[in-house]
Amino acid sequence: MGQIQLKQVTKSFGDVQVIPPLDLTIQDGEFTVFVGPSGCGKSTLLRLIAGLEDITTGTIEIDGKDATDVVPAKRGLAMVFQSYALYPHMSVRKNIAFPLRMAKMDQAEIDKRVEAAASVLNLTDYLDRRPGQLSGGQRQRVAIGRAIVREPAAFLFDEPLSNLDAALRVGMRLEISELHERLKTTMIYVTHDQVEAMTMADKIVVLQAGVIEQVGSPLELYRTPRNLFVAGFIGSPKMNFIEGEEAAKHNTTTIGIRPEHIDVVEANGQWQGTVGVAEHLGSDTFFHIHNTGLAETLTVRAIGDVSLRHGDTIHLNPRIEEIHRFDAAGLRIA
Amino acid sequence: MARAISPRRKLITTAAAWTIALIIFFPIFWTILTSFKTEAQAINDPPLFFNFDWTLENYSVVQERSDYMRFLWNSVIIAGGSTLLGILIAVPAAWSMAFVPSRRTKDILLWMLSTKMLPAVGVLYPISLLFVEFNLLDTRIGLVVVLMLINLPIIVWMLYTYFREIPGEILEAARMDGATLKEEILYVLTPMAIPGIASTVLLNFILAWNEAFWTLNLTAANAAPLTAFIASYSSPEGLFFAKLSAASTMAIAPILILGWFSQKQLVRGLTFGAVK
Repeated sequence: MGQIQLKQVTKSFGDVQVIPPLDLTIQDGEFTVFVGPSGCGKSTLLRLIAGLEDITTGTIEIDGKDATDVVPAKRGLAMVFQSYALYPHMSVRKNIAFPLRMAKMDQAEIDKRVEAAASVLNLTDYLDRRPGQLSGGQRQRVAIGRAIVREPAAFLFDEPLSNLDAALRVGMRLEISELHERLKTTMIYVTHDQVEAMTMADKIVVLQAGVIEQVGSPLELYRTPRNLFVAGFIGSPKMNFIEGEEAAKHNTTTIGIRPEHIDVVEANGQWQGTVGVAEHLGSDTFFHIHNTGLAETLTVRAIGDVSLRHGDTIHLNPRIEEIHRFDAAGLRIA
Repeated sequence: MARAISPRRKLITTAAAWTIALIIFFPIFWTILTSFKTEAQAINDPPLFFNFDWTLENYSVVQERSDYMRFLWNSVIIAGGSTLLGILIAVPAAWSMAFVPSRRTKDILLWMLSTKMLPAVGVLYPISLLFVEFNLLDTRIGLVVVLMLINLPIIVWMLYTYFREIPGEILEAARMDGATLKEEILYVLTPMAIPGIASTVLLNFILAWNEAFWTLNLTAANAAPLTAFIASYSSPEGLFFAKLSAASTMAIAPILILGWFSQKQLVRGLTFGAVK
């Protein structure tokens, strides 16, 4: 069980309100990702749920019970920190066993659970080492091990992968997703990386300045972003925004089109421009195009290796059905 | 990348370090040396280095004339008691300042330190009057309290600096793992802070051991520690250099031995925070 409900929650630090009134329900078993630029309040929101920060007004319910004034230790949630926050003076075994020891579980049961968690996380050979003797990825696994042993109502992850190198990050991303598949426990995951959000989430909550911009599945956000902010934040490379004459043709102030929805053609394209930078990835090529008369830079993704270089003229055809329209206030027009 | 150090530069810095160390150590060395001379040899001109008649006479005279053990015991009680009491008060204070600071925490820390800038003699009168009022003159408990108060700012500062190095997230992790405040302090904070607490205890023990202003002014006989023991040999009349040296050597020997065995801790304690 692990349904979490935030009702009219606000948070102020001194006179500064970082979270204006906010309502959010996270269903049992759901993998929810809070995503947004740094300083958007996503970590604060997670810490409010954890109980590490007190909410200013409103209520937090966990499994239907009011948990607003419950101390973190009694909320039944487990957290994985960005810095891992392992106990440096304890062995891996003692680190993982710590929550169970605090729960006064008997030693035989503790040993059994620690062994089980260690084997799931490939830590069996490292149980007697100190955290200082482990690599970043291994420390991250210990932090996850410490979270899973006590079978919490929900897991809270605070940017857990941002201290890892790129290759390890992709690996751990998969491991966490697999863990969720196996445990089916509610997980709340905070990140500023929209790729992590898109690949892992059942539900994404996009935040900006403490305000929820949109809640939905990854593909909902990709296909029907509610406003310019979400449209620009979700998807990589970023959506192109075009104003002025071209937008007026679609009866609005701003239109958006994703780089993957513009086709590169040999000649006579609807749009044309000069290639600024061409990023050749082999499977795809990203073109950053200038002098289109539409926007300062237009980003286009072409499948495969298209052999256009810096300074070449490029012809483009947008897929009309993939154009998003936004009104003057930045909201999506259906 | 490490800087390349030329052999010549290394030689010069090593020589300089040894020279400075020897200059600092020389008075102690000379005191110890003098304690084995006769009174006449102690003031010989030119000074005698090793070519004198080594004697233990001064030590036996000093021991006969005054009860070394009683002074030693007073020093242990006063230095130990004031350090222990100081730690008991400073640990919670430093903890709250490091982990739940308020807007005024920095000011309080500075204000505490500012009390160390006042010359001790400036409060001699009020403290003496208080001691008379409460019958604390020449008592060990009185000195324990005064020395604790004198060193408390340093203890709080040292512990505060040390605790600040412990990442708050680790404490939060303990809270998330179901630890109560007591368990958090007992199982997570204290083990991580032990090196810092140990070096603070050591330094303050040494400071209290060597403290001479209050111990000389507020004691007569009963509570007099080793500082008073030394002072009793610095007589204006007569030649007592050798005996004074013997007394000094006996007074500093325990702390010298303690310092020798704990130098690693001390150096860590005095320099932590310097690199970050």
